[in-house]
Amino acid sequence: MLGGEGRRQPLVWERAASLNFSLFFPWFGLDIGGTLVKLVYFEPKDITAEEEEEEVENLKSIRKYLTSNVAYGSTGIRDVHLELKDLTLCGRKGNLHFIRFPTHDMPAFIQMGSEKHFSSLHTTLCATGGGAYKFEQDFRTMGDLQLCKLDELDCLIKGVLYIDSVGFNGRSECYYFENPTDAERCQKLPFNLENPYPLLLVNIGSGVSILAVYSKENYKRVTGTSLGGGTFFGLCCLLTGCSTFEEALEMASHGDSTKVDKLVRDIYGGDYERFGLPGWAVASSFGNMMSKEKRESVSKEDLARATLVTITNNIGSIARMCALNENINRVVFVGNFLRINTISMRLLAYALDYWSKGQLKALFLEHEGYFGAVGALLELLGSA
Amino acid sequence: MPMRPSKEWVAIKMAERGGRGSGGHGSLDKSITLPPDEIFRNLENAKRFAIDIGGSLTKLAYYSTVQHKVARVRSFDHSGKDIEHEPLYEISVQEEITARLHFIKFENTYIETCLDFIKDHLVNTETKVIKATGGGAYKFKDLIEKKLGLKVDKEDVMTCLIKGCNFVLKNIPHEVFAYQKDSDTEFRFQTNHPNIFPYLLVNIGSGVSIVKVETEDKFEWIGGSSIGGGTFWGLGALLTKTKKFDELLQLASKGQHTNVDMLVKDVYGGAYQTLGLSGNLIASSFGKSTTADKEFSKEDMAKSLLHMISNDIGQLACLYAKLHNLDKIYFGGFFIRGHPVTMRTITYSINFFSKGEVQALFLRHEGYLGAIGAFLKGAEQDNPNQYSWGENYAGSSGLMSTSPDVFPMQRTRSGTFDMFEMDRLERPLVNLPLLKDPSTYIPDTVDLTDDAMARKYWLTCFEEALDGVAKRAAASQPDSIDASERAEKFRQKYWNKLQTLRQQPFAYGTLTVRSLLDTREHCLNEFNFPDPYSKVKQKENGIALKCFQSVIESLDSLGWEERQFALVKGLLAGNVFDWGAKAVSDVLESEPQFGFEEAKSKLQERPWLEDSYSQWLERLKEGPPHKCALIFADNSGIDIILGVFPFVRELLSRGTEVILACNSGPALNDVTYSESLIVTERIAAMDPVIHRLDKGLAVLVRERETDLVIIEGMGRAIHTNYYAALKCESLKLAVIKNSWLADRLGGKIFSVIFKYEVPCK
Repeated sequence: MLGGEGRRQPLVWERAASLNFSLFFPWFGLDIGGTLVKLVYFEPKDITAEEEEEEVENLKSIRKYLTSNVAYGSTGIRDVHLELKDLTLCGRKGNLHFIRFPTHDMPAFIQMGSEKHFSSLHTTLCATGGGAYKFEQDFRTMGDLQLCKLDELDCLIKGVLYIDSVGFNGRSECYYFENPTDAERCQKLPFNLENPYPLLLVNIGSGVSILAVYSKENYKRVTGTSLGGGTFFGLCCLLTGCSTFEEALEMASHGDSTKVDKLVRDIYGGDYERFGLPGWAVASSFGNMMSKEKRESVSKEDLARATLVTITNNIGSIARMCALNENINRVVFVGNFLRINTISMRLLAYALDYWSKGQLKALFLEHEGYFGAVGALLELLGSA
Repeated sequence: MPMRPSKEWVAIKMAERGGRGSGGHGSLDKSITLPPDEIFRNLENAKRFAIDIGGSLTKLAYYSTVQHKVARVRSFDHSGKDIEHEPLYEISVQEEITARLHFIKFENTYIETCLDFIKDHLVNTETKVIKATGGGAYKFKDLIEKKLGLKVDKEDVMTCLIKGCNFVLKNIPHEVFAYQKDSDTEFRFQTNHPNIFPYLLVNIGSGVSIVKVETEDKFEWIGGSSIGGGTFWGLGALLTKTKKFDELLQLASKGQHTNVDMLVKDVYGGAYQTLGLSGNLIASSFGKSTTADKEFSKEDMAKSLLHMISNDIGQLACLYAKLHNLDKIYFGGFFIRGHPVTMRTITYSINFFSKGEVQALFLRHEGYLGAIGAFLKGAEQDNPNQYSWGENYAGSSGLMSTSPDVFPMQRTRSGTFDMFEMDRLERPLVNLPLLKDPSTYIPDTVDLTDDAMARKYWLTCFEEALDGVAKRAAASQPDSIDASERAEKFRQKYWNKLQTLRQQPFAYGTLTVRSLLDTREHCLNEFNFPDPYSKVKQKENGIALKCFQSVIESLDSLGWEERQFALVKGLLAGNVFDWGAKAVSDVLESEPQFGFEEAKSKLQERPWLEDSYSQWLERLKEGPPHKCALIFADNSGIDIILGVFPFVRELLSRGTEVILACNSGPALNDVTYSESLIVTERIAAMDPVIHRLDKGLAVLVRERETDLVIIEGMGRAIHTNYYAALKCESLKLAVIKNSWLADRLGGKIFSVIFKYEVPCK
């Protein structure tokens, strides 16, 4: 997201701390972004027989519905591979589920909540992301639900720190690419983020936010850019006629961006030594498309790949400059743009390593886009 | 000079050149008619060629010498002659050779025709090499070598660009401007700062290069981005099926990006206000086009793309500026090149991302930087950097807007040739050492780019005076057979310049009364009228000299205090004799006998419009004599001889040395340096108090510890230096001979300005 640096304005927190609501199940955390809604759901596995008996029908049906399906409606998806098992949260043991669906289906979601009489459960929904504000009214009028709106950056950081601390079912949450500049030897390896500070957190959703984090409480938003996942997907839709993010990525994986982009070697015949620029570097993204003949000779796959490379390199470039300005050398990339998007992750790892001459390290997290929602869930429990 | 027709209208028919080296896309009619000898001027003496071939435009540079006429005055030997009936001095018009740099910009499509023209007119056989730079230099190498028979010597693009940039930053006043969309004056020109380094140059060509320039020879590529002009063009062509860059910009200027971009308010709903966020910020570029089943308009997509690219470049530029601690960024490259649309979005982005701490700046001659740099590389043995160069307003096209939305009338850029000429100045121009703060000194009181009312008035004023000036110019050369033809050409040229300035006041930097006068002088010189007023001045100097002694005698008969007032009044009355002021030239034209005494009676009675005479008198009475006074004199004739000299004489008798500063070249009836020498000599012969003065102003001013500066006349004291703050005492005097200006200052015609200032300690 476009924006300057500095701390955000204090938000109007609607902390329902006086209510003892958080003891009641269900435990949800919601992050309503510009494109996707991320929902985390804690499924208690230590329910006593007594509780089971007391559990109202509505609550039971929600639990059963969420845990026995992997897809909801036509667009909701549970990322089963991300599920965190046997987690202890607030003294309760259970599994954490990660669910996503497009933001434009939000009204249907609220409708469902209303039909399942969610409001009768005496719970409050903790939500973050811009949609927490946009849909607050709908939640109230359609679903008879009061939203607890939370700051998205607070939630993001809380979520990242928490998930990293509990690990990924015994594996490391954080990883990096070793030898990113060497396609043959490049491999994904776990990274120990035990002493995380300071770190630059780059959240790539529809847009991009960049945060400098110095401690759990001390962080600032450095900047942001509007060239994010939404731009990649939006341009791909226009250029290739694709209709899903997955489709766009699939096309990109079969394309060749060098047919679309003008490289340094296309201009100088090789490296531009005066400036130390390698011939393979992109001089002008989409630069070859100035020529009619070349426009006619590229495939949709090439265009999708070029769009992906352009957006990714640009994010890498801005992140690198922020890291230099803030004097931080670890850059953690999160956000749903990176979901099933190894091309971008390896490109970011490569670009950061190459242009910083090995000074900067790109790190990634397994739960990519879910940290805001996790943070919202933690807020719900923390305020109890 | 080789014989050739004075005007050689050549019809250049541009056939379609089937893509080879022509940019290739063209359903446009490429046939143009132009007079190439008015574009590639002074080719017969041209040497040292350089060429910068970009993606679509070619910039040619060469050095040439120009032969033009100058007015000279020469004193007679008056011994034993009847002084009464002889003119004071002899006027002659001589040929002088000066150096000029020519730069011509044209579309690549015309390159072959232009090379042919140059080949046909190139006389100088010493030229063996042409310096070449730009992406197209390689492509056109063979063509140039074949056509011109010169060896192409390639120079690095960025080195040329920066050399050119340094050159214009140092030499061209008002080269730099900030772009302000919502102000009356979109172009806010900057005064030249003596120290131009360090700065950041962001060149937006097909990609973006960010270069930090630290000294004349030291620069470093500190970064870049692949998202640049090529991305706008390439991606824009894919999205909108519009092929040309200019057309894409046109589309963008009509579009609504909010239909394509996801804004903060789209994500937050109506609540963003309570969060202190601006809802109109773009959260995700193209974030609304993430669907296969909606159509988006070309205009909207182009606009969104423009915003995306401009914001991105601005953001990166700010990050680099911050890292290197710089607050000035000059933007160049074809993405920017005179396009208000992109200057606007880049300026917005820089303001946004730097919170106003970094300034986005643009250059008037941005398109020529590469050609200037390549030329300088080739001319290194001549050391062109040691000279000062000045923009020739007569020979330069000025900053043209290419924006169709701003100037729909002037959209026909293709087929036009843009020119830029610089004259080598006789001596480097420096600031007066007595200026309090040279870096903030602005030698113009009213910015006519800013002040629409004043602009309208002055342009009309210059238009109305034009016929008279042309007539006088013709009359000043009675022996020349083509004088009236040339005068008409001058009239036409200056008239056209004035019309350009009405439409585009920013064409040559900040528009001022001074620049209007300079432009007129350049146009007069262009048509070989070096000094239209030479005869008038000669006559007036002669008449005034005859009155000198009686004026002195009557002054000497007065008591001290009375005499001081009479001297000041004389100075002011003398200043009424100004052919530049329409109200006065009408009087002088109709009443040739109009005299010094009449002028005195026209003057406003005290208290004057601006009146610190009492303080001045007090200073003379109580204070010690000044060590040295520097007087900037205005008009010839009565002004200098009966107004200034008696005043000089009084200062000298007080023990104050006097430096008299006059124009080096002619401007209207202003007294020139060479005329002042003759006049001074003649007065010195009559009056033992006055003797010859020295040369070399700036040095002299320092050496003699000048502690008083006297600035006389409307042009010097009001239009230019009214607010100039000096380190020493100063006296600014003028008679307002223009009713509009008088009205504006709250007075009447012939109101007096007498401004005595003492710098605060």
